[in-house]
Amino acid sequence: MSPARTAPPHGTAERAADEAQGSGAVVLTDVVKRYGRGPGAVTALDGVSLSVRPGSFVCLLGASGCGKSTLLSLVAGLDDLTAGSITNVDRPVAMMFQESALFPWLTVTGNIEIALRVRGVGRAERRRKAAELLETVRLTGFAHKRPHELSGGMRQRVALARALAQDASVLLMDEPFGALDAMTRDLLHDELERIWRERELTVLFVTHNVREAVRLGDQVVLLSSRPGRVLNTYDVGLERPRRIDSAPVAELAAEITDALREEVARHAG
Amino acid sequence: MPAEVLGAKEKDDSRQTVSGLDELERVPVSDTRWGRFGSRLWAGTWPKVLALVLVIGAWQALFVSGWKDPWVLPSPLTVWEDLSSYMATPDYWQAIGITLQRAVTGFALSVAVGSALGIAVARFKPLRAAIGSLITGLQTMPSIIWFPLAILLFQISESTIMFVVVLGAVPSIANGIISGIDYVPPAWKRVGAVLGMRGLTLYRHVILPATLPSFVSGLKQGWAFAWRSLMAGELLVIVAGQGSIGALMQGAREFSDSARVLTWIITVLVIGILVDALFRAADNRIRESWGLNQDR
Repeated sequence: MSPARTAPPHGTAERAADEAQGSGAVVLTDVVKRYGRGPGAVTALDGVSLSVRPGSFVCLLGASGCGKSTLLSLVAGLDDLTAGSITNVDRPVAMMFQESALFPWLTVTGNIEIALRVRGVGRAERRRKAAELLETVRLTGFAHKRPHELSGGMRQRVALARALAQDASVLLMDEPFGALDAMTRDLLHDELERIWRERELTVLFVTHNVREAVRLGDQVVLLSSRPGRVLNTYDVGLERPRRIDSAPVAELAAEITDALREEVARHAG
Repeated sequence: MPAEVLGAKEKDDSRQTVSGLDELERVPVSDTRWGRFGSRLWAGTWPKVLALVLVIGAWQALFVSGWKDPWVLPSPLTVWEDLSSYMATPDYWQAIGITLQRAVTGFALSVAVGSALGIAVARFKPLRAAIGSLITGLQTMPSIIWFPLAILLFQISESTIMFVVVLGAVPSIANGIISGIDYVPPAWKRVGAVLGMRGLTLYRHVILPATLPSFVSGLKQGWAFAWRSLMAGELLVIVAGQGSIGALMQGAREFSDSARVLTWIITVLVIGILVDALFRAADNRIRESWGLNQDR
């Protein structure tokens, strides 16, 4: 399964497919997304091209209205492109959202097992895998709790385990730590980094938090707002493990923040 | 691969911090479940006892005032004596059995029809446009209005009663499902889509479980309608040889036996309260396990 989803008018898919080599690569070519028709149409994304290397961690950064969540929905196949193409060698991709969206009628294990069940994994194997994933996100003792008995950070880790249960090499994350306090977020950055390396995932991580982007990303892609275009791509050459409060992180974050502010100011009045 | 970059000590540190934070962030649950249960039971009981005492007191006062003759309006004590001696006879329990059997059959039928109808209406837009508002309209119809038609269709028979009971309960049950499906949080559906669920799989694993609270409240309302329709039906449609509650009550009225009529009224009230408690317990269980009761 290596589909290239192409919107009718463009023919750049072949080139994109050539660039996408190895599992976990995602290539976006001139992606356009428009909502509505005629004069009332809103262009969310306008010619976004992006090449994500397998095994890399790419952060998409932008102010409100840059269409970063739209971009993830398109990659996930939850929405259709208006023009351009998206090639990802591995489909389906796994995805995680700002809200954990765990199912309250299932226990923690149940929430993880459901992802396996949909994929047709047998009962015993589901048990085993779910236990393993709970160990990965360090929630082994909480298998039989209900989601509401957990804290926000723990719920996000269950959601992460559920996403990992999809066993996809590409993980899309839509502001997954946006609603958490700083302490919890720091810890989850460490955890996510560890899991990303252990499992050799390709991560596309959407955030509006510049430091978070620099803390986590191999690359930070800065998007413009209304419509969303790629403004700049920053290579984060900092050694891992990084700390969000370290000087080099702060320095690069400041540079990116300036660019982001400029972009936001452009929309004034 | 380079997971070993982190030293073993550092790794353990992070694990400890994570589980330390988990421990701190957990909602503390008090262990005095039984104590809480006891005080909750008492808190729920005494207002009921007080209300009962007040009602019986008012009834007794009305009786003493001589507003009606004692054979028309008997005293609470007379009714209590009739009730307790009647409870010792098989007739009493047989009547309750017949009536409850009708109620359960009618309700089960309504659940089947109502659920299927609800899912169909929620799923297919044209069907909703066609009969969505009709269902809500039907819900407001007094069930007794159906009896003349039902009697013409089915004569005096069990079917007549069933017909009206089902017509009374189906709209509530269908509406419960429809509004449940309408209000499934989009985030859950999105997760389902991300996990690769489509069509029936999405219904089975996400949408139907998500409608559960709304479905149960639909069931509860549906039961109330079914029970009322059934009582109306039993009073109007007396099927030969079936000594149901309604039939025996009509018999008591023909013999001007007020105490017996009141005995049945009290019985019907008690059954209603008990069934309501069942639904409430189911509702509470769901809320409890979904974490919708966290204000306590």
